[in-house]
Amino acid sequence: MFKKLLVILAACVLAAGLLVGCGGGNQGAAASGNSGAIFRTLDEIKESGKLVIGVFSDKYPFGYVDENDNYAGYDIELAERLAQDLGVEIEYVSTEAANRVEYLETGKVDLILANFTVTPERAEAVDFASPYMNVALGVVSHDDNVITDLSQIGDGEVIVITGTTAETYLTENNPEIKLQKYDTYASAKTAFENKNGVAWANDNTEVIAFANEGSGYTVGIEELGSLDTIAPAVSKGNTTLLEWVNEDMHKLGQEKFFHAAYEKTLLGVYGADYEDTLVVEP
Amino acid sequence: MDLLGLLGLDVLFKGTNALRLLGGLWVAVRISLISVAFSIVGGLLFGIFMTWKNPVAKIISRLYLEVVRIMPQLVLLFIVFFGGTRALGLNIDAELSAIIVFSFWGIGEMGDLVRGALESIPKHQYEAAEALGLNRAQMYRHVVIPLAVRRLIPMSINLVTRMIKTTSLIMMIGVVEVMKVGQQIIEANRMTSPNAVFGIYGIILLLYFLACWPISKLGERLERKWAA
Repeated sequence: MFKKLLVILAACVLAAGLLVGCGGGNQGAAASGNSGAIFRTLDEIKESGKLVIGVFSDKYPFGYVDENDNYAGYDIELAERLAQDLGVEIEYVSTEAANRVEYLETGKVDLILANFTVTPERAEAVDFASPYMNVALGVVSHDDNVITDLSQIGDGEVIVITGTTAETYLTENNPEIKLQKYDTYASAKTAFENKNGVAWANDNTEVIAFANEGSGYTVGIEELGSLDTIAPAVSKGNTTLLEWVNEDMHKLGQEKFFHAAYEKTLLGVYGADYEDTLVVEP
Repeated sequence: MDLLGLLGLDVLFKGTNALRLLGGLWVAVRISLISVAFSIVGGLLFGIFMTWKNPVAKIISRLYLEVVRIMPQLVLLFIVFFGGTRALGLNIDAELSAIIVFSFWGIGEMGDLVRGALESIPKHQYEAAEALGLNRAQMYRHVVIPLAVRRLIPMSINLVTRMIKTTSLIMMIGVVEVMKVGQQIIEANRMTSPNAVFGIYGIILLLYFLACWPISKLGERLERKWAA
């Protein structure tokens, strides 16, 4: 038993060393650290008969789990179709925003389809396939005082949720605008409904969904800041899988698969008006 | 809106949601109970090890304990689950990673509790055991450990319940336990049942209570039984 203990102790020392080793540069380590053995190639996936996909399990309506314990949503539509075209089963892994890159860097999933926004930093650590959705910031305001341009805000305050891209963007690019910050979606929503602020800035998908839910609100600014895209991602260097995904998505684009997926999963939330704003056919 | 909807409990009756929450609770409880079993056995041995006067033993136990104390459990989870793959090429399953981390933590903390309990046992108990002609192993088996275990109960119950509550972190390595199921239910219904956030977290509170309360009760009973 003491031997076992010593093993555990040794493991602990090792773990401590590991932390120091990994702590430095996440991106640098990923770019150089992949020796090629980390991920599974297209042939290996086919042979195993199973595609492991990291998705969100709590981001309605993109990736969520319905009341019968089945995954559903816009991202899931693509996941199901890719697996079908590849002729394999799917194993879903529930990921969080913070660990998506890590899952690919360790090859614990083959593919991430978790509403993954393409950014230059992430592109250094993972390989993105063709985008299938647009995302930008949006600003919603009350019908009696629709804000269509940031200059109309004047002395009013804009509501943002702490830690979101909206907060970062406005702080950096429009420091003159007074912000009212809330920690959660629910408190920001209540504050806006009670007219504590003249407008509410958030991801455009969020504000569009909010404006469509109730009446009296208009999304005056649909796209603010840089227009980003959402794309599937594979482990850095997994070209066989990446090429196949791109090829298949291109075919899906020609049959307007993503419009159909929008109509099936997002239409109820965002309405038909935003279909062409949000959907990208690769 | 009816009362259930107002309390955000209506979502519990949709599909298999209630069963899913119970299933999630079972995942959390299963992982903590297995880890607790390892922690009790390992902690007992580690605690004895910590009382050794050998300087090497002291350094090792000190180092281990400090790592357990300083490292947040989330960091340990990431090190085992992701770091194990990165550095050693081991592909440890998420649930097993959780058990390893929780046992690692439990053995360290339990060991320190055991050490404290052992050291609090009056010297005359050891002397009396020696006077009876017991060897070292017999002394621990028949005198020291039975006495120490009684002093351990309150603190170790505390550790066990803390462990059960800390399982909410394991969603970060992809294990779908009760907290995650709750978030899934809340988010899947955020348009139709905005109050689900209160109802579901309320239910989760109740579930954690149901998991921890019997353990506290058991601890109280053992304490009373042995106090006599």
